[in-house]
Amino acid sequence: MSDNLLSLKNVSKEYSGNRVLKDINIELKKGEILALIGENGAGKSTLMNILFGMPVIHSTGGYEGKIEIDGKEVNIKSPHDAMEHGIGMVHQEFMLIPGFSITENIKLNREITKPNVVSKVLGKRLESLDVKNMNDDARKALDVLEMDIDEYLPVAGLPVGHMQFIEIAREIDKKGIKILVFDEPTAVLAEAEAKNLLDAIRKLAKKGIGIIFISHRLDEIIDVADKVTVMRDGEHVATKDVKDTNKFEIAQLMVGRKISIERTDSDNKNVSDETILDIKDLKVSMPGERVKGINLEIKKGEIVGIGGLAGQGKLGVANGLMGIYPATGEVVFNGKKLQLNNPMASIESGLAFVSEDRKGVGLLLDESIEGNIVFSAMQVRNDFLNMVGPFRFKDSKKIRKHAKEMIKDLDIRCTSPLQNAGRLSGGNQQKVCVARALTLNPTLLLVSEPTRGIDIGAKKLVLDLLKKLNKDYGMTIVMTSSELAELRSISDRIVIVCEGKVEGVLPPDAPDADFGLMMSGSRHNAEGSEA
Amino acid sequence: MNNVSSGERLKIKRDSSWIADNIVTLIFIAFTVFGFIVSDGVTMNYFLTELSSRFFRNAFLVLSLIIPVVAGLGLNFGIVVGAMAGQIAIAIMRYFSIGGYSGMALTFLIAFPIAAMFGYFTGVLYNKTRGQEMIASLIVGYFANGLYQFLFLFAVGVIIKVPATHPMIKPDGVGIRMTVDLVKVEEGGLKYALDSIMEIPFMWAVLIVAVAILLLQVIRYTKNKNKPSFNGNQRMMTLINSVLSLVLVAISIFAITTDSSLMKVRQVPVLIGVFIISLCVFNELILKTKLGQDFRSVGQSQHIAEVSGINVDKTRIIATMISTVLAAWGQIMYLQNMGTLNTYGAHTQIGMFSVASLLVGGASTQKANIRHAILGTLLFNSMFIMSPEIGLSLFGNALLGEYFRTFMVYGVIGLALGLHVWRSNKKGKATLN
Repeated sequence: MSDNLLSLKNVSKEYSGNRVLKDINIELKKGEILALIGENGAGKSTLMNILFGMPVIHSTGGYEGKIEIDGKEVNIKSPHDAMEHGIGMVHQEFMLIPGFSITENIKLNREITKPNVVSKVLGKRLESLDVKNMNDDARKALDVLEMDIDEYLPVAGLPVGHMQFIEIAREIDKKGIKILVFDEPTAVLAEAEAKNLLDAIRKLAKKGIGIIFISHRLDEIIDVADKVTVMRDGEHVATKDVKDTNKFEIAQLMVGRKISIERTDSDNKNVSDETILDIKDLKVSMPGERVKGINLEIKKGEIVGIGGLAGQGKLGVANGLMGIYPATGEVVFNGKKLQLNNPMASIESGLAFVSEDRKGVGLLLDESIEGNIVFSAMQVRNDFLNMVGPFRFKDSKKIRKHAKEMIKDLDIRCTSPLQNAGRLSGGNQQKVCVARALTLNPTLLLVSEPTRGIDIGAKKLVLDLLKKLNKDYGMTIVMTSSELAELRSISDRIVIVCEGKVEGVLPPDAPDADFGLMMSGSRHNAEGSEA
Repeated sequence: MNNVSSGERLKIKRDSSWIADNIVTLIFIAFTVFGFIVSDGVTMNYFLTELSSRFFRNAFLVLSLIIPVVAGLGLNFGIVVGAMAGQIAIAIMRYFSIGGYSGMALTFLIAFPIAAMFGYFTGVLYNKTRGQEMIASLIVGYFANGLYQFLFLFAVGVIIKVPATHPMIKPDGVGIRMTVDLVKVEEGGLKYALDSIMEIPFMWAVLIVAVAILLLQVIRYTKNKNKPSFNGNQRMMTLINSVLSLVLVAISIFAITTDSSLMKVRQVPVLIGVFIISLCVFNELILKTKLGQDFRSVGQSQHIAEVSGINVDKTRIIATMISTVLAAWGQIMYLQNMGTLNTYGAHTQIGMFSVASLLVGGASTQKANIRHAILGTLLFNSMFIMSPEIGLSLFGNALLGEYFRTFMVYGVIGLALGLHVWRSNKKGKATLN
């Protein structure tokens, strides 16, 4: 057949009726570097999980389509099968055991053993480890990568750059490795380390290993890859030779237009010149969403969208402001300095937050709707309470009245205010969250991922609600979302966060390519600093 | 990889002080020393006699806990189930009046499949209760106790027909007596079947063990001398161990040559000692095999082990089975030394006491090695011997010392678990740097 090392043919995947991959076709030749790019949720990880035979794929009903290696169809059922077929993966989060030495990590589950008296009777698993040969092999693999580090050192305490190389050493130590997948390998590396890594990747490709390189850094892709495949919403958008394309085109393909953006009221908006929230050098240590120094000014009455790829720190901004994760920096809100690391102070100063973690932080799922709506207000502002001596009792009448109003105003579809919040649909749960935030009478509303996990119809309702709050009550809204389309549909400005910093600020009607470039950190725009 | 004991290698970067790491051990040393100071009734002779017989009874059980800790299952309170398997085997032997030295060997043989089966089911349960293994192991012990009582109190006699005249059956013909005499080995029973094979004076045993440890240190030193991984800390440990064993050698030679009062300490059973040493060697060796490496991988990170293609569930079940079988054998050794089978009570406490012993030695839920087990067994039993004495001399009432015991056992477990949680919380705390 062809000289393809690997070909995926019409690969599709469904998670409980939700199609996350549609007819993906990928071909990889020997010694070729294929870059895979796409926004979060584009299906890259799912695709790689299929290729690697991860249990999550098979426990949810497997996949459709064909995978061929060297022209032969293969059925990969477990990571072990993948290994047998010569597929290796360098994971984004390191698959290294900190307490083990470098050798032990490189040889994990592929330890060299020699038979002993007991193993001859009781089987192979009781063979002794051949530590010397293991060390020699590890040394060889490290030498290929020109790593000058002692193989007997423990992994704990090594710099991240080294850990990445140990992962690669593990893969190339595998016999008959043909295909190597790098899942965002440079995401955690400093620039010099990233450069070393790219050199190593090129070297490996020269040895005839086919490489799939997942990254969102366009510059790197242009630099190292031969071909680039763009994915969007689980679909295969295009595959191009890198020499025939440029980063603008790739960025445009990556973002695309998902739904038409209807904006009707961009004219008569009364955004004042008054700055309501002034953030200077905000650093937030939220795991996976680290913010590394953000400067942002928000005017009274505007809707500001914060966008960017997952893991770049956009979610950290709101969480840091609310004191949910440790933060430093200077934040002036409404003319007063905001006390950080204190959720109570943030709420009291007039901030309200609709969390991205609706079921975790956002709602008390086993509590009634009305309980959820008034919960924060009762705790923080002593609203809805009757004081009898030292005791505080819930003021049921007032709560019911308020809940009914909210249910009517926000159009929460429920059987009664006493229904459990956990029973509601995603969109209605989100409205309950908003209702709770509104009950605090905030001057500024922080909304994170308001449409995550809710269906399209409900999405529109939630977005319309935010728009209405802004228009009718002049509420300032900062909305953080992974979905660029929804940011573009309601925001006045969109701040793109990349690597924990503000990459740039764009108007909602800026071209797709600009968004794509900024999200992948490839355009260092001057306006970022003054945003 | 180096040649230090495998538990040492599991140690992840130290981030707490030495005192905090060894607080439990230090408390126990202080308690024992304090006991010696306040109570004048305890002679060294009495203390060592008590300690050695308790040590030989319990060490095997404590050592059976190490593998589950290495495999990430935490402290396996479920060895109670293994102990029941051992007791079932002994009960069968007693019922058919099989005994003697060959009868003892047969007891071990019969206990093996029973304990392996129990271990398998316990292991399956641990896999279903991932992350809560310790609670599960505690509860499985209580649950199994219920089944055990059903078997011995009801099934024997009602379902399994037995003659009411049999000396181990209750006079009404249903159930097994509360205490069953195991009959001396000379009379065809199991009592002292292992102990009586060979006994040597206590100080000779000390001398032999000390010389063996000294030799081990010398071998280790010459083997690792030129390895770069053999760093200052390990050199220091080798030196300290050597000096300690030299001191022991000196004391024991002195005692033997001068025939001092220490020679009057009760003789120690050689065979049990050999069993304990073999189990130590087994624990060390198995960690140097592929299976042992899998235990450690699974213990460190189940997810990474899974992705690397290790069958995590199976590995954990094997670890549980090994532990359960060892516990069954440990219980058999314990009972032949006691001489009577306390049918409904002998097994109930061993989970708690063994776990407490291991913790006292400095082990945690994630780190345990032979040194922890041996040191812990010695210290924990010292406390057991000393606490009534302390109660007597301080409060004039030995019973108060009994309360002390209970307090110390559960206090130690609580403290060790608390420290573990406190430490992992400290690690997990997000910081700005």
